[in-house]
Amino acid sequence: MREGTCGVKPDMSVNIAGVELKNPVMTASGTFGSGMEYSEFVDLNHLGAVVTKGVANKPWEGNPTPRVAEVYGGMLNAIGLQNPGIDVFIERDLAFLKQFDTKVIVNVCGHTEEEYLEVVERLADETVDMLEINVSCPNVKQGAIQFGQDPKCLTDITAKIKKAARQPVIMKLTPNVTDIAEMARAAEAGGADAISLINTITGMKIDIEKRSFVLANKTGGLSGPAIKPVAVRMVWQAAQAVKIPIIGMGGIASAEDAVEFILAGASAVAVGAMNFHDPCLTQKVVDGMEQYLLRHNIQTVRELTGAVQ
Amino acid sequence: MKKKTTMTVTDIRRLAEGVFSMKLRYPEGDLPEEVKPGQFAGLYPNDPSKLLPRPISICRWDPDTGELQFVFRVAGAGTASLAAQRPGDSVDMLGILGNGYDLEKLAGKRVLLLGGGIGIPPMVELAAALAGRPGTGVTAVMGYRNSDLFLTQELERYGNLLIATEDGSVGTKGNVLDAVREASVRADAVCACGPMPMLRAVKKFAREQGIPAYISLEERMACGVGACLGCVTKTVKTDSHSHVRNARICTEGPVFDAEEVEI
Ligand SMILES: Cc1cc2nc3c(=O)[nH]c(=O)nc-3n(C[C@H](O)[C@H](O)[C@H](O)COP(=O)(O)OP(=O)(O)OC[C@H]3O[C@@H](n4cnc5c(N)ncnc54)[C@H](O)[C@@H]3O)c2cc1C
Ligand SMILES: Cc1cc2nc3c(=O)[nH]c(=O)nc-3n(C[C@H](O)[C@H](O)[C@H](O)COP(=O)(O)O)c2cc1C
Ligand code: FES
Repeated sequence: MREGTCGVKPDMSVNIAGVELKNPVMTASGTFGSGMEYSEFVDLNHLGAVVTKGVANKPWEGNPTPRVAEVYGGMLNAIGLQNPGIDVFIERDLAFLKQFDTKVIVNVCGHTEEEYLEVVERLADETVDMLEINVSCPNVKQGAIQFGQDPKCLTDITAKIKKAARQPVIMKLTPNVTDIAEMARAAEAGGADAISLINTITGMKIDIEKRSFVLANKTGGLSGPAIKPVAVRMVWQAAQAVKIPIIGMGGIASAEDAVEFILAGASAVAVGAMNFHDPCLTQKVVDGMEQYLLRHNIQTVRELTGAVQ
Repeated sequence: MKKKTTMTVTDIRRLAEGVFSMKLRYPEGDLPEEVKPGQFAGLYPNDPSKLLPRPISICRWDPDTGELQFVFRVAGAGTASLAAQRPGDSVDMLGILGNGYDLEKLAGKRVLLLGGGIGIPPMVELAAALAGRPGTGVTAVMGYRNSDLFLTQELERYGNLLIATEDGSVGTKGNVLDAVREASVRADAVCACGPMPMLRAVKKFAREQGIPAYISLEERMACGVGACLGCVTKTVKTDSHSHVRNARICTEGPVFDAEEVEI
């Protein structure tokens, strides 16, 4: 690492697939709405990017309630990807985000290849900087399996989306696989411009008094500080396996957590469930990372990517 | 404007078995612009393993002292940790959340307030707000399990108070609607907060009477501010925010016109 000059503002900018972000801090999809809800708490202009809630070609009702449950050091969610559909999303949510000087990354979901492609094509001419593809949706053609759980299926869908997409494509990997490195390579082989990980880890909570499942959906995705060590390990393994940039997430609760992901090999990070604990957390992570760089005399955050020894 | 604020505990006391009253004071010069009856706040337990704010209704708001009063039942570890706070302690709070009751729709009417169990606290602030409106009549009918009552003195101050208890030890034996029928209370509108079976019965009652019912709903929440879509209730029509038949209880609610939700 080069020596920085003490007291000089460090360079926080990062470049992901040709898109220049003012800093490496993003919001994790589904934990920040479309940015509107949290714009009362944080100045969106200060964030590297806002990643929106997953959007499909048509409105999705999502799952019955209870959809969320708290667990030790984290939470389970089974929202079921409720979303208003791409038309309303473009008209209302994208229009809102246009006012801010931050990058906009649209998270896309679908039940079939065709549904993913329809959303990707509809976004071609919109002011969207990147697409993030949530491949943790159930693949209706292959039964219960998710698009992101089979390497061949993941390469295929990545290639098809890449062909249709006008913006750089981030494939968002699910941790519910045996070998994350293999999935990272599968996304890269399909032409992904970047990968993001991790999505939630499938979990369950049982109410022992009622002897029933807490979530109506029975299972839900675990997120929050409880999953951070798993996420850091997976980011590191993925970083060993691919050359494309990685966006790391999973339980980030502080700037120190974010730095851990960067050292493991991430070029940028996303703050998720902990927004619910502290609605100003994204801003605090940006400020804290800058302090870290200053404290360690590091000139650019980019030098830290994969710098664990 | 919603905010996460570090509040100071100014008072904490036990009102009944497992039911506590807690007053939290805002820091100097940091008061909310407006607090409406029926709104709530997210109280964070002082325990780092618990990430999510506990939604608790506003029972009283005193803009002069900058104090909010909450009355809650110890339901689990989070509310137990809140009950263990002492005057001078700090409690982080996300607020002020939710829509609250629409006082304009209630002003000048005979309003029936129905509270069941831990649905009683928000009715105090509502009774106080309505009592200050000219020509507005307040009848509060509150349902308890037994003679271990709470908040009755506060409610009596703002209108007629009738009591129902499950065991019949005070007032009418039965639920709040049994008490309403027994006293043949006449009303132009009803506001209710309580367990789901009670709210269903209130919806039916209001329909029979041909009067509107405004009910306060409860659901598991994560963000409390409308971002996570965790807290939805089924709506009769497509909701203008979600564009599906789901409304967010933390944002479009917790108070809904009973005819607009499927409960
Ligand atoms: C809008 C609203 C207003 C409320 N107002 C009051 C009030 O004034 N007084 C009062 O005593 N209670 C009120 N409740 C219920 C109160 O939020 C729960 O009792 C409390 O969250 C339980 O937390 P715990 O940690 O003690 O229980 P635990 O069971 O350990 O909590 C685990 C998780 O489940 C959630 N949870 C558990 N029960 C409920 C519930 N009934 N509703 C929503 N979330 C729940 C908790 O918030 C937490 O995230 C209200 C709920 C809502 C939605
Ligand atoms: C309530 C909630 C909703 C989510 N919705 C989405 C979604 O729509 N699309 C997606 O790709 N990931 C979604 N996620 C996953 C997060 O973006 C993130 O990958 C995961 O929660 C791990 O990060 P965290 O521990 O910081 O929350 C959601 C997570 C939560 C908690
Ligand atoms: S609690 Fe997150 S939307 Fe209501």
